[in-house]
Amino acid sequence: MQHTLVILVEDKPGVLNRVASLFRRRNFNIESLTVGHTDNPGVSRMTLVVDGDQVSVERLTSYLYKLVNVIQVEDLTEKPMVSRDLAMIKVSTTSEKRAEIIQMVDVFRARVVDVTANALIIEVTGDEGKINGLVDVLKPLGIIEMVRTGTVAMARGGDPLMANNGNGNGKVYETASVA
Amino acid sequence: MQRTGAQIVWECLLEEGVEIVFGYPGGANLPIYDAMLDYPIHHVLTRHEQGAAHMADGYARASGKVGVAMATSGPGATNLVTGIATAQMDSAPMVCITGQVASKLIGYDAFQETDVTGITLPITKHNYLVTRADEIMPAIREAFYIARSGRPGPVLVDITKDAQQAKVEDWEYDDRPIHLRGYRPDLRPAAESIRQAAEIINSAHRPVILAGQGVLLSGAMGELRQFAEMANIPVAVTLLGIGSLPASHPLNLGMMGMHGEAYVNTAIQEADLLLAFGMRFDDRVTGNLKTYGAKARKIHIDIDPSEINKNVKVDAGLVGNLREILQQLLPLLEPVDRSEWSAYIDGMRAEGAVRDIQNLPDDGHLYAAHVIHDLWRCTNGEATIVTDVGQHQMWTAQYYHIDKPHTFITSGGLGTMGFGLPAGIGAKLAIPEREVWVIAGDGGFQMTQAELSTAAQEGVKVNVAIINNGYLGMVRQWQEFFYQRRYAATPIRSPDFVKLAEAHGLAGLCVNRRDQVEEAIHAAQKTDGTVVVDFRVEQEDSVYPMVPAGADLDKMIRRPSRLVEMAADEMEK
Repeated sequence: MQHTLVILVEDKPGVLNRVASLFRRRNFNIESLTVGHTDNPGVSRMTLVVDGDQVSVERLTSYLYKLVNVIQVEDLTEKPMVSRDLAMIKVSTTSEKRAEIIQMVDVFRARVVDVTANALIIEVTGDEGKINGLVDVLKPLGIIEMVRTGTVAMARGGDPLMANNGNGNGKVYETASVA
Repeated sequence: MQRTGAQIVWECLLEEGVEIVFGYPGGANLPIYDAMLDYPIHHVLTRHEQGAAHMADGYARASGKVGVAMATSGPGATNLVTGIATAQMDSAPMVCITGQVASKLIGYDAFQETDVTGITLPITKHNYLVTRADEIMPAIREAFYIARSGRPGPVLVDITKDAQQAKVEDWEYDDRPIHLRGYRPDLRPAAESIRQAAEIINSAHRPVILAGQGVLLSGAMGELRQFAEMANIPVAVTLLGIGSLPASHPLNLGMMGMHGEAYVNTAIQEADLLLAFGMRFDDRVTGNLKTYGAKARKIHIDIDPSEINKNVKVDAGLVGNLREILQQLLPLLEPVDRSEWSAYIDGMRAEGAVRDIQNLPDDGHLYAAHVIHDLWRCTNGEATIVTDVGQHQMWTAQYYHIDKPHTFITSGGLGTMGFGLPAGIGAKLAIPEREVWVIAGDGGFQMTQAELSTAAQEGVKVNVAIINNGYLGMVRQWQEFFYQRRYAATPIRSPDFVKLAEAHGLAGLCVNRRDQVEEAIHAAQKTDGTVVVDFRVEQEDSVYPMVPAGADLDKMIRRPSRLVEMAADEMEK
């Protein structure tokens, strides 16, 4: 099944390479990976979607922690969360078809962000399923090109992700498997 | 005070207590080498950067200190790669400092430019690319801290030539403690987990301790011994765990795994509890994971959380410093009568002995086991033994009975041929008063034999025993067992090792018969400087027992024994 992980890393050159390289090295496939700044200077946040069972994702998490630049890893899969993907879809159009397309765009609560004589660019935000749905209905009309950001995710509720300011030193390590 | 980047490198090494570095100069690290002359640190010029990395590794494993290797950019740095990967697999603390082309040339395919931080990313614990002089001190300080703390490992610091040349005004050494927000070297288990683990231990009737290198790295030799004695639990050791409990200790069963004695592996398969202390269930140790220790509950103690449940699913995983965890467990142990279990294992031990080549009638041939046994006798078991990789390595693990910790140095995880001689030189330089024997095969020795020249230049005395059987023996053995004796590319011709030694101004000896072994060992011991002894042993001998790769741990190929066969014939009659 797909797991959504949030990874907080130090904002330093080469960190993305370290994380991505770890996936290749340990034989995991990345479905989607996004990186960006956080409100915390020096900390970047990655959202990562990976396919695997619970055991292999736990393994992956402990490998991620072995990277010196990785501050925190959280698996949001089982938690209440909001996840979003943004896509821009360029569709070929004629003046006759334009109204029909805009109607569909409205149904999906997407937006037209560029119009030319023979094409439209549609911007859509939502979870993966919603975007796939819009792509499916637009396909027969002729998609010229498409770009997606990949998933970003956040847990619901008021608790911060960084519970202990990222300082894990001296912390008690609990393994889930004590019988 | 004003310092150049190159001077800062040496200032930092001095602060870290470094006394010796192993390396090779070149264009991109010339400023570092130029500054070296003003600092009281001894530099060993190796003949190849791989040798520098293995020497730093051997130095680290013998002394417990961080080993330091240096190389220039491009080919210098790529030549370190095998040595870095070796140290990574075996958790050896090492810092490699490489020169890099000037920062403005990075990315333009400059002369001797390679992406060394990229290349070494998956084989280092961490690495740094430093492009400014003022970043050198933090990088080197962090490198030493990371290399030696937690689960040790190699760290590489790549420094551009302009950073080495640039000056830093008002430079001062910063000796504040290092804090890295994403690095957790000091995890510890919850008290509740310790209590639950103790309960599991106290309820076991047929437990076996699996002692790995973590015992040596955390200095838990005393605690292990106390633990085993108090609870009367036999101890099997991994290849790198050799020395964690004296071989002569009655509870020490010996090495487990692919070439472990049959009774050791059988005990593991029959156990109702496996206590893994600082080991990682390598495939050479477990055989078929599906049937491994199937009757046993398992408790795994390791400082690296990623090792818990990696290969073997365990009932309790305790993450932290092994020594501290054993100290917490000791008072919770209850005396349990396990005499039946001990008697069962001792019975199996006796059966194994009749197959031992030492106990077979002398057929006039010289076997490696004889050489290594005699070496053990003649050195009172007190030498530091550094091996290469292959048959001789397994025979050494079987026949040189190591009593003292940190006196058995070998490339386990990566299995690096060519490791022995340079690692032996490093080990000798770490503890000059110790007698060092390098045991190598004729194949592996030839991979790094150029380092004889380093030994000669440094005036280092290591004794080299070449177990010369004219084959890449371990591969030949696999061909014999699994490839119908089709000896593809395993026969190997060697130079005259005596003349090779003499060409380096060193002494060489050649031994063909068993009655010459002892004399040759004593002669080597008495000779000043490095000595090479070429032991011409039986060509097609194999390491027994052997668990074929991926087979069940107790399904071993045993040494064919005339005595055992005769006994079986008797029984049939």
